[in-house]
Amino acid sequence: MSVRIPCPHCGVRNVEEFVYGEVLDVPGSVVGPDAVAFDRAFMHNNIEGPVTEAWFHLYGCRRWVHLDRDTRTDEIVE
Amino acid sequence: MNEFIEAKVAFSWAEMKNAYDVVIIGGGGHGLATAYYLATRHGITNVAVLERKYIGGGNSGRNTTVIRANYGIPEAVRFYKHSVDLYGDLEQETDRWIMHDQKGILWTVHTHAGVRQEKSRSIINQEFGYHTEFVEPEEIKQLVPQIDLNAGGGRFPILGASYSPDASTARHDRVNWALAEGAMRSGVDVLQRTEVTGIVKRGDAVAGVETNRGTISAPVVMSAVGGHVTNIANMAGLRLPIRSHPLQAFVTNHYAQGFDRIVASLDLGFYISQTARGEMLAGAHIDPQPSYSYRSGEHFLTSLAHKVVTLLPFMRDLRVLRQWTGICDMSPDYSPIMGKTDIEGFLVTTGWGTWGFKAIPAGGEAMAELIATGKTPELIAPFGLDRFARDRTLADRSSSGTH
Repeated sequence: MSVRIPCPHCGVRNVEEFVYGEVLDVPGSVVGPDAVAFDRAFMHNNIEGPVTEAWFHLYGCRRWVHLDRDTRTDEIVE
Repeated sequence: MNEFIEAKVAFSWAEMKNAYDVVIIGGGGHGLATAYYLATRHGITNVAVLERKYIGGGNSGRNTTVIRANYGIPEAVRFYKHSVDLYGDLEQETDRWIMHDQKGILWTVHTHAGVRQEKSRSIINQEFGYHTEFVEPEEIKQLVPQIDLNAGGGRFPILGASYSPDASTARHDRVNWALAEGAMRSGVDVLQRTEVTGIVKRGDAVAGVETNRGTISAPVVMSAVGGHVTNIANMAGLRLPIRSHPLQAFVTNHYAQGFDRIVASLDLGFYISQTARGEMLAGAHIDPQPSYSYRSGEHFLTSLAHKVVTLLPFMRDLRVLRQWTGICDMSPDYSPIMGKTDIEGFLVTTGWGTWGFKAIPAGGEAMAELIATGKTPELIAPFGLDRFARDRTLADRSSSGTH
């Protein structure tokens, strides 16, 4: 899928210009500082559905873009 | 699956029972291979393989069919070499034609850092029993006469390559069908359109699965699910270090001249080979966003087309027939995850990312041995899920062929 990211500074640009930034959201079931640190370092929610994420515009304005995307369709909700 | 193909491959579809000794979730190469080896090596046949769509419809049927062991760390070379050996005997083993074709693979590089990397790969491969050698541009040209050593303009010419002559290709569908047929012949129940909707636990142990066709009780449940493994893990209450990304590929029309080798350019970022039908099959484009979308897009088509004609100018005269996507379960270290979990009786074979097809026989054989004996075989022990907590990751991203 050719995902296009709506950068508020540069306009709609191809995803290849950006670096993905995962928004970490450790579930409440992970308890304790060591367990939370380990989960943040290695584990992923890997949600099939709507997610909130960030994209760094490496080949553009070099600022972060936050948006919501549905991983089933790659449709972006701004 | 239409009846014509079924008749030729003689599948026998069973009726679902409500209890089995082993339930395998996922009817792809790894799930089917595990069932096959459980039945044929260990005499364990009270096994169900549950596939939510049709067998081999996931990544096992979407890959670019390369079988190689030219990895960068000892654990991987040992493991994948064993799989290469099993593939070499698979036709004899299953008594089925899988169109296995030994053609050799070249990993070309266009930078001095790449040269150092491929020389290093050659040394480590040789050390652990897999024949790989570093070759200079002149020899590359002899091995692949169609290659443009100047890579389309001379700014980043090919400086060399690692060459593994034992690498091969095989028809992926036929691998899946041979293993499925073999498992079915031995009494394994392979059930299509059967979707797991829940994992049943009794305390810290697995007790079975819930499906769209009813509940099955089983003391051993193994997930052999590809890109959608997180859904299964969530049902079991298990956290996984997996992120799913789309991987795209395309195939062209028939190239009459013949293309004998498998060629990969690490710096350009693509790999290509010729299918038994004479078509050119190319890939390596992994999408940067985690996604479950199967839409193969325009950016991939134009960027891969540009890369292939840069190195292989004859490709300009060919036309793309089809492009497609698979959803890849990517692990943090680009190495697979095989073995036990903290849930007693619940096993995983996952994290196969973009590197699973070549491992189907060795992965299935090892997981079957684990299920049959209760002990993790030496060959796969380093790949356990616990390696991340033990600070023993197996970082080998440069061997994946994708970025």
